[in-house]
Amino acid sequence: MKGNEAIAEAAIQAGCRHYFGYPITPQTEVAAYMAKRMPKIGGCFLQAESEIAAINMVYGVASAGKRVMTSSSSPGISLKGEGISYMAGANLPALVVNVQRGGPGLGGIQPSQSDYNQATRGGAHGDFHLLVLAPASVQEMADLTMLGFDLADKYRMTAMILADGTMGQMMEPVEIHPREIPECDKSWALTGTKMQRERNIINSLSMDPYDLERMNLERYERYAAVERDEVRYESYRMDDAEICVVAFGIAARVAKNAINEARKQGVKVGLIRPITLWPFPKAPLKAAAETCKSFITVELNMGQMVDDVRLATECKRPIITCNRTGGVIPSAAEVYNAIMNAQKGGQAE
Amino acid sequence: MSVVFQKPHALTDAVLHYCPGCTHGIVHRLVAEAIDELGIEGKTIGVAPVGCAVFAYDYFNCDVAEAAHGRAPAVATGLKRAEPSNIVFTYQGDGDLASIGTAETVHAAARNENITVIFINNAIYGMTGGQMAPTSLPGQVTQTSPYGRDVNHCGYPVRICEMLATLDGPEYLERVAVNNVKNVRAAKKAIKKAFQNQIDGKGFSLVEVLSSCPTNWGMTPVKALEWIDEKMIPYYPLGVYKDRSAGKGEAK
Amino acid sequence: MAKLTFRTDRCKGCGLCVAACPKGLIAIAKDKINQKGHHPAELTDPDACVGCASCATMCPDCIIEVER
Repeated sequence: MKGNEAIAEAAIQAGCRHYFGYPITPQTEVAAYMAKRMPKIGGCFLQAESEIAAINMVYGVASAGKRVMTSSSSPGISLKGEGISYMAGANLPALVVNVQRGGPGLGGIQPSQSDYNQATRGGAHGDFHLLVLAPASVQEMADLTMLGFDLADKYRMTAMILADGTMGQMMEPVEIHPREIPECDKSWALTGTKMQRERNIINSLSMDPYDLERMNLERYERYAAVERDEVRYESYRMDDAEICVVAFGIAARVAKNAINEARKQGVKVGLIRPITLWPFPKAPLKAAAETCKSFITVELNMGQMVDDVRLATECKRPIITCNRTGGVIPSAAEVYNAIMNAQKGGQAE
Repeated sequence: MSVVFQKPHALTDAVLHYCPGCTHGIVHRLVAEAIDELGIEGKTIGVAPVGCAVFAYDYFNCDVAEAAHGRAPAVATGLKRAEPSNIVFTYQGDGDLASIGTAETVHAAARNENITVIFINNAIYGMTGGQMAPTSLPGQVTQTSPYGRDVNHCGYPVRICEMLATLDGPEYLERVAVNNVKNVRAAKKAIKKAFQNQIDGKGFSLVEVLSSCPTNWGMTPVKALEWIDEKMIPYYPLGVYKDRSAGKGEAK
Repeated sequence: MAKLTFRTDRCKGCGLCVAACPKGLIAIAKDKINQKGHHPAELTDPDACVGCASCATMCPDCIIEVER
C-alpha cells in the first residue's frame, strides 16, 4: 500500500466519514482513495473549489462534532492556514495531512521537510499550536493518522500529519485494523438544540481582550497537558552513543542506514527520532546532551528543527547540520560523512 | 384581543448592536419568523459572517457557527453534509459573499448545496466604516472611493443573482428589498421559501436583500430607504432570477 | 380596536415606524430620552390605531408588539 492510501484507509478505520480536499501533488492519492471508498460506506468525499473552501468544510463538519480530515501539500497548506487558525480559535478537532514538497512558493514536487517551522509554530496567525505527528514508515502513516484523530478529539485541537513526498509515495506492507474510538464529550457540537438545551456557538471571536486572553490561557493549559503526556519519539542505538543524530521522517530512515554503517566502524552513534514534532521531545534530547559529545541534525530543509534541538540541548554541545533542500534527499553517505566528521571532533558548520 | 405581531422565538432577546435604522434587524426578524413558522428552530444551524452581522450568533436562537470572512457557504456545506437532516443557513453581507467569498458562493450554488443563503446587499462595507463594496454603485462615494466609484479604475458592481442564474446548479435565486412594508412582506415570503426549499431537499436557495446603511451612506434612516428605491433597485432589479422547481431556469 | 406596546428602552429613534404608519400616528418623542440615549418613538393617538402592524414590520429592533 502507498503511504497516502494508508493514511486514507486508516482515517476511515478511525471513524472519519468526511473528507474534503483539492488536488495537489504529491498527496492526491489520499483524495482519490477517499473518492472511491467514501460513497461505499455512507461517507462524504467532496472535492472542494479550493484548499480554503476545503478547510472551511472541515470546520463545518468539526463544528457538528464529527471526525473529519483534509489533506494537501505545502502550497495548499499555506492556503489552509486561515481555516486552521480559526479552528484553533474555536477549539475544533480535525486532522490535517501535509505531504510536504519543496518550497517556498510553488517550489517543486519532490519531497521536503521545509514546512517544519510552519507546522510546529501553528502556521498561521494567533497564539496556537497543532499537534504535529511525523511518520517514518507507511505503517506509521496509518498508525499516526488514527492516533491523530484520537488526540485531536481528546484535546480539542487540530492534529497534523507532517509527512513528505517520499512517505506519501512509498509502498510498504501495512496492517490497519478497525479500532475502538475512545469516548469523547462533544456536548459543545452544533447538532441543533432539539429545543432541549441552550444553543451552542462555535466561535473564535471575542471583543473583550480579557476574555480572549482567558480563552488563550485555557487553550495553553491543554497544550501543557499535551506537552506533558503526548511526547513521542524513537530512540535508536542511543545506549552508549557519543554522537546523537536527530532526524524525523524520511531523514531518520536515511540516518539509520548511516548510523549502522558507522557502528560497523566502531563509532558510537545513535538516533533520536522525534515522532511528535510538537510537542517536541525536549527531555530525551536534554538528557542526550549530558552523555553525547556532539549532535547531528539531518533535515530536508535549510535547518529548521535544528533550532528546537539547540533549545532542547541548551546549546551545550556542537551541532553539525546535514541538510538538503529543494526536494533533494540527503544520502546515507552524506550523513555517514557527517558522523565521521563529528567523530573526528569536527565543528558545527 | 390577540397578539398579531411580536418578537419571534427564534430571535434571542439580545439588543441588536446595529446602528439606528439599519435594516439588518428587519432581515434578522424575517429569518427568525420563517424559522418559527416552519417549526425548525431545534434543528436549525446558522452560520454567521464577518462584517456587520458578525454577532449574528448572539441574535439567532439556534446553534450557530462563526465563519471566517467569506467562508460561510463552505462551513455550511460541512455542517449540512455532516447532518443532512439539519437546516443550515448562512447570513452574509456583500463584502463577505460577493467579494472575499465569491468562490465559496459560486461553488456552493454550482453544487446545488442544500443550504439557505441570506445575502444582505447594502452596497457598502459597514463594519469597517464605509468602504467601497463589490456592490457599491457606479459613482457611489465611499471612504475608499471618495470621488465616487470610478468604473474605469475599479470596475463595475457584481450582480450576484444574475451571475448565479447562469449556473445550472442553484434551485432558487430571488432579489428582494426591505425598504417599505410591501417589500418587507415580499422579502419574508422569499426567505420562507428559501428555507422551505431546503426542507424539501430542493437545494441551494439564495435571497439577496437590498438593505440600507444609513450611517455609512450618510443619510437619515428614512432617506436611506428612499435611496434603495431611487438608486439601488434600478441597478439591482427585484424579482425571481431562478426557481427551478417552478420551471424558471431549468438545468440544461 | 388595537393595542401597541413599545419596548421603549430598546428604541433607537430611527423613525422608520413613523414613516411606515399609514395614518401618521407615531412620532419621535423629542421630550423623552431612553436608557440608550435616544428619543423613542411613541403612539400619539392610540384610539385611532387599527393595528395594521406596518410600524412593527419596519422596526429593525423588534420593539413593537401589536394586539388587535
